[in-house]
Amino acid sequence: MSENKMKDVTYRSPDERQAEKNSKYAPKSIFLNGVLYENPALRLVLGTCPLLAVTISAKSSLFMGLAVLFVLTASEAIISLLRNVIPNKVRIPAFITIIATFVTIVQMLISAYFPALNESLGIYIPLIVVNCILLARAETFASKQKVLPSILDGFSMGTGFTLALLLMGSIREILGCGTFFDMQLPLFGSTIEPMMFFMLPPGGFFVFGICICLVQLIMKKQEKHSAGKGTSPCGSSSPNDCLSCAGCNLCKGKEED
Amino acid sequence: MKLQVSNSPHVRDKATTQSLMLDVIIALLPATFAGWYYFGIRAVLITLISVASCLLFEYISRRVMKRNNTLYDLSAVVTGLLLAMNLPVSLPFYMVVIGACFAIVVVKQMFGGIGNNFVNPAIAARIFLVIAFPKAMTSWTVRTGAWYSLKSVDAVSSATPLTSINSPEAPSMWKLFIGDKAGCIGEVCIVALLIGALYLLFRHVIRPWIPLAYLGTFTILVFLFGHQNVFDFSGNLATLEGWQNLFYECCYMLLSGGLILGAFFMATDYVTSPLTNKGKLVFGFGCGVLTFLIRYYGNMAEGVSFSILLMNILTPHIDDWTMGKPFGEVKENAKA
Repeated sequence: MSENKMKDVTYRSPDERQAEKNSKYAPKSIFLNGVLYENPALRLVLGTCPLLAVTISAKSSLFMGLAVLFVLTASEAIISLLRNVIPNKVRIPAFITIIATFVTIVQMLISAYFPALNESLGIYIPLIVVNCILLARAETFASKQKVLPSILDGFSMGTGFTLALLLMGSIREILGCGTFFDMQLPLFGSTIEPMMFFMLPPGGFFVFGICICLVQLIMKKQEKHSAGKGTSPCGSSSPNDCLSCAGCNLCKGKEED
Repeated sequence: MKLQVSNSPHVRDKATTQSLMLDVIIALLPATFAGWYYFGIRAVLITLISVASCLLFEYISRRVMKRNNTLYDLSAVVTGLLLAMNLPVSLPFYMVVIGACFAIVVVKQMFGGIGNNFVNPAIAARIFLVIAFPKAMTSWTVRTGAWYSLKSVDAVSSATPLTSINSPEAPSMWKLFIGDKAGCIGEVCIVALLIGALYLLFRHVIRPWIPLAYLGTFTILVFLFGHQNVFDFSGNLATLEGWQNLFYECCYMLLSGGLILGAFFMATDYVTSPLTNKGKLVFGFGCGVLTFLIRYYGNMAEGVSFSILLMNILTPHIDDWTMGKPFGEVKENAKA
């Protein structure tokens, strides 16, 4: 990593942030940010409710992820377009209205063309409206950035969420059901009895915890590659973390050596 | 007189993790042998597989996580032995390996190895297996075939004494005590467990507070609120027989299931039980209440492992409540 980028790692003062808001971001870093550094499910631990509920099978995880991906991309685009029109005081209701529009579209499409899927995903499709991933991205990214970066951000965040769901769904379905995308697997299910544990909530929490643990491991490895200096107090050290840090306020404007 | 000045720790003892674990293993052996005697060679194999796979997983995970080798502190052997003692003899062998993997890799090593596990690995693995394979984990067998028979088919399935207390096939009190009954490999022989527990108490490996509070609370609760209890005013207790039945139920409940094994060997685990004597009493009390509630009002026959697991999770808080204050401590300084 070059010396210039190293400086980006450190915390920036509010003025610098303001200046940064108007600057462009490299598409690659936005994409990596969504998929890995700020993966909504495994790094930010957002949207945990649908995450734990729908990951009992790989298929329903994939479709849930795709639904979120679509709603996220579309709503971020619209919110970004309207960011100068929406009054600051009523921005949250406005965001929710926009998000709800797309969720309604998705739900109608799913119930029209995939009724079985609609049955299995159930309440979790309408609940995308209040999914914190969408509100967080609308609030921290789309309402401040131009349209193209916002679309890219929505797409990459959605991809990150989908990948996380798919990972968890696959693990839980293979171990808990002995199948993968409803296909019978050779070893599991026959030789090894399916483990009910992974279908139940405790199994979901365990798989979730282990996935978070693995992603944390990858991040630590990356940290070692980049130099040790410049870890921000919120524990993140990736150059992309402050890009849209939702304001955990841990750093309180102070830089830690 | 010569005054020596030295750094802490000032209290020294020859005990090491290894020596303590060795004591626990020695204490567990009588009950293990009794289990082997009652359940045959399949029990021996389950024990060996459990211990071997615990050691293997410990070695692999320490290696993968680039930590030092901890095979020699024998804690993995204790976990393997305890896990095997908590399994029914008819369990398929691969499930034993899965349980050992869960105990060592997920519960123990992922949280930082010995001393950092938040619950007892053997108990967590047992509960994992109960939830993952409910049928295999609750099919109790009494051996009828030859002792060298490997197949569990040769065994007759039977209800655990806990579910058959009021039925005619309930084992007699003597059978419960010496272990001739259905159950997990290590929990059946109460007399062997008590010999091991006495050894641990005699060697000062464990203190009696947790088992006493646990068994005491449980017995009192059964006495007060069991199926036959002292608040029974329908006239049952007017006769001597009524009182006999009441005491019979108390003893029966104490001697069946994994209560003795849990109280003496699993609830007293150093890492996951409170440090202070007061805390140990609270811990044992909680275990007793939970075991009573699960056995009498839950939909499972046995509640020992679940209650110990729940109290394990509460242990840091119990420690917070019961930790003594250093003499002369001022509150403001304590906060700083």
